[in-house]
Amino acid sequence: MTEPAIQIRDLRVTFGGVVRAVDGVDLTLHQGEVVALIGESGSGKSVTLRSLMRLHPPRRSRVEGSITVAGRDVLAMSERQLADYRGATVSMIFQEPLLALDPVYTVGEQIAEVIRRHEKASRAEARARALELFQKVRIPSPERRLDAYPHEMSGGMRQRAMIALALACRPKVLLADEPTTALDATVQIQILLLLRELQREFGLSIVFVTHDLGAAVEVADRIAVMYAGRIVEEGSARDLIRDPRHPYTIGLLKSRAEGALAKGSRLDAIPGSPPDLAHLPPGCPFAPRCPLAIEPCRADRPPPIPIGPGHAARCIRTDVSPGLLARHPEPAPA
Amino acid sequence: MLAYLARRVAYTVPILFGVALVCFALVHIAPGDPLVSVLPPDASADLQAMLRTLYGFDRSYPEQFGRWLWRAAHGDLGTSIATGRPVTDEVFKAVGYTLRLSILATLIGFFFGSLFGFVAGYYRDSLVDKAASALSVLGVSVPHYWLGMVLVIVFAAILGWLPPTGAGSGNEGFFGSLRFMILPAVTMSVIPMGIVARTVRALVADILAQEFVIGLRAKGLTDWGVFRHVVKNAAPTALAVMGLQLGYLLGGSILIETVFSWPGTGFLLNAAIFQRDLPLLQGTILVLALFFVILNLLVDVVQTALDPRIQRS
Repeated sequence: MTEPAIQIRDLRVTFGGVVRAVDGVDLTLHQGEVVALIGESGSGKSVTLRSLMRLHPPRRSRVEGSITVAGRDVLAMSERQLADYRGATVSMIFQEPLLALDPVYTVGEQIAEVIRRHEKASRAEARARALELFQKVRIPSPERRLDAYPHEMSGGMRQRAMIALALACRPKVLLADEPTTALDATVQIQILLLLRELQREFGLSIVFVTHDLGAAVEVADRIAVMYAGRIVEEGSARDLIRDPRHPYTIGLLKSRAEGALAKGSRLDAIPGSPPDLAHLPPGCPFAPRCPLAIEPCRADRPPPIPIGPGHAARCIRTDVSPGLLARHPEPAPA
Repeated sequence: MLAYLARRVAYTVPILFGVALVCFALVHIAPGDPLVSVLPPDASADLQAMLRTLYGFDRSYPEQFGRWLWRAAHGDLGTSIATGRPVTDEVFKAVGYTLRLSILATLIGFFFGSLFGFVAGYYRDSLVDKAASALSVLGVSVPHYWLGMVLVIVFAAILGWLPPTGAGSGNEGFFGSLRFMILPAVTMSVIPMGIVARTVRALVADILAQEFVIGLRAKGLTDWGVFRHVVKNAAPTALAVMGLQLGYLLGGSILIETVFSWPGTGFLLNAAIFQRDLPLLQGTILVLALFFVILNLLVDVVQTALDPRIQRS
């Protein structure tokens, strides 16, 4: 078997010395695999993603553990090596391309810039490459759009341009930070399909961060659910949807407002709110909100419990948790 | 772009009319008789009446204003009561001196102001930032006539490197007359330097906090590459501030021009006010306002050219 595209071991990210945003994450991503990191705001999914490029401000953050991407130790890189690695081996697309693109340069200039940064290319060559990329991401009248400023494009168009920029230097790994969250529902699907298509064509490995379970199922081979800085359940997309075992995953699945939800029926929400990352409880961080929590849950952090091949959950009650899924919400009183 | 320009130029016409009206009104509301300075204390009533008619002060205000405006539009700002010379000549000579001085002062101030501002914005809350911020506060708050006098004492009186006052006779050549400008220009530059430094610091800090800077780093840009983007983002606002500062300095700092006996507009305004020389006062204010409006126009045009987000239509 070839070496994994990404290997994260016991990643811990601390901000300001107290906020443990990521608290022991292990994740392996094989070449050409798409993994979705899902979780609510503050669960550490974006922090994990940005650690893969070491994008956290060095003065205010501490990153521990080990991160290996395409065989290279990311945490040991010098500033210069890091700059050469970013954008070439790994690149990123952001949630809101309007904010993530420089407003005073045209998108064409910004794509040409990354090409010229990492490869020997003349201005004309870089522009020709940018044009090709625009055709690849199916931007209509690409020639003209190259000279547009980010604010002159629509949201979906901007995200396509952002994808073109990210793929400009043919990276091995693409990091997508909620790439569809800021888009209209119809545009979301188009972008997801485009990502999936480009992933197959380029053989990309993708880490896809989202809080949208539907989007995760659409593109991901595997899903890792994060809560309070840890991966609480990980498995193939199919396993996670059909046989979720962590009460939090089950809660997420049940709290989705799907089209099938009949009018008047109840939408289950997870009670309570996520823990303060500066004062984590000693046991399972989900225990205060968990309907199945028992005394041992509050004492020690649960280790990953294997459920099936490639499927594990950090929960000591996986034997009874499927019962949560079966329990249907009572219909609302008429 | 051309249509935009034409529209902006058209906007300046009502502004200039308003400025002319206000400055005419202010000058006439102020107490005191403009003829006092030219009349002997024992002048007869006949002589007073004759001069009054001659200068047109006997007519109604709207009529005086109309005549003055009509002539001003043709480049004639009247005659100075105190000196008897055409106001246009006096004003433009003074504006020439002040323009030279304020452009040099603005360039010095802009250069050091942006330098301090960038350093402070990049290393926010560090020692360098605090030093640069302290320096810019000092620049804004130190009394300029005092600074001017200290500079004269040090560089002219003690060291003898530079002439203490005056603008030279005009026969010194470029570098010779530059020597006269250095002390007043440096004194004057302290004002825009402080303001530019604080603006640029805030701008840079704001730009660096934006998401796209992370985007640039994610592309693999080095510090230098990111710096180029920061400069281009900060440039429109920084240049606008610089243009406005130049406008303020053009008004001429009465204190600085007095300390250095610099024959600029501040000097001229000072004289016109004390001598109740109404035509000179009106003319000077109008010309300065004209410069200010033109500068603002230039700033807007440059800003529009630099910042694609400002709509050109």
